[in-house]
Amino acid sequence: MLRIFKADLHIHTCLSPCAELSMSPRAIVEAAGRQRLDVIAISDHNSCENALAVIRAAGEGGIKVLPGMEVTSREEVHVLALFEAIEAALALQDAVYAHLPGENDSQRLGLQVVVNEHHDVVGFNHRLLAGATELSVEQIADLIHGLNGLAIASHIDREAFGIIGQLGFIPEGLAFDALELSANTSREEAARRFPEHAGAAFIHSSDAHRPEEIGRTFTPLLLREPTTAEVRKAFRREEDRRILYREAAGCGARRQEGCCA
Amino acid sequence: MTVRDIVEALQLEVLGGDQGLDREVTGGYASDLLSDVIANSRAGDLWVSLQAHRNIIAVASLKELAGVVLVGGRAPDSETLAKAREEQVLLLGSRLPAFEVVGRLYALGLRGAG
Repeated sequence: MLRIFKADLHIHTCLSPCAELSMSPRAIVEAAGRQRLDVIAISDHNSCENALAVIRAAGEGGIKVLPGMEVTSREEVHVLALFEAIEAALALQDAVYAHLPGENDSQRLGLQVVVNEHHDVVGFNHRLLAGATELSVEQIADLIHGLNGLAIASHIDREAFGIIGQLGFIPEGLAFDALELSANTSREEAARRFPEHAGAAFIHSSDAHRPEEIGRTFTPLLLREPTTAEVRKAFRREEDRRILYREAAGCGARRQEGCCA
Repeated sequence: MTVRDIVEALQLEVLGGDQGLDREVTGGYASDLLSDVIANSRAGDLWVSLQAHRNIIAVASLKELAGVVLVGGRAPDSETLAKAREEQVLLLGSRLPAFEVVGRLYALGLRGAG
């Protein structure tokens, strides 16, 4: 039986240098619960070292946590990667780390805190997670698809780090599973601004860097169960699975303040 | 001033699309955001950027730019080079960073809008 799953597929943790330290696994799960979200995805910049902790924090409490990552391409385009299994996310992380130069300056850019599900600090990530990888946007999409993940173009309505802002348009032959919009842009506005993508699967996600931002916008999905396989079907409108687009008024007019993301 | 004059003065490397070397350059534009280049560059501009993705060729062709100077020794990949040949877009390279390239172009008399 199909039912509606409320999904926020783009959430940072305290591992992202630009996110608040209060973005602990438990705080994220609690905020998701308050917002009555059914599915969330953890997508830190160029790393997934906190994803398992959030999966564990959610436990059997009814919120499905998908492990993921927001990878920065060498063109400075953000690509969201979502996986079913942590192993696939970790495999992408290996590929990303092999092509991510630089060291974090925690004084200037922020701490990159690796935690467990109890918010005990396990360590600090010293890589330059705020930096760009040496991988092209095409290579990143190929890596994600090779690991059976979903590749989503992050916040295409934002000039900074959005693919259309950075590259003018989505290159021919680059197959994203969905295009993400921030809280500022409704699907109707997106179809007007990007007429060549009017038929694409648009999702809304919070890109939360603070607990109170979680669920500020979200995507209702009609699925049988909250898995990436089902989400993929919804993106492709297969077997009655689909994205339930909301009215423009529901998308919120609140300005999204950009930090590093 | 032709692109060839600029190539010689700045000792630029011709990476692709060399049919355009005798084209007149009427101005300059510097940006790494391709959406901004689409919006604000003018036909005949020489475009200075470090963005080496193949979309630069489509943008240069669309906007009828005189050519693209890739700065900081950025190397275009084979797809970008193939596109440059296909669309006959002049692709140039410099080891120098963007600030230095733009400064030297300005000193040659090239101007942007405004």
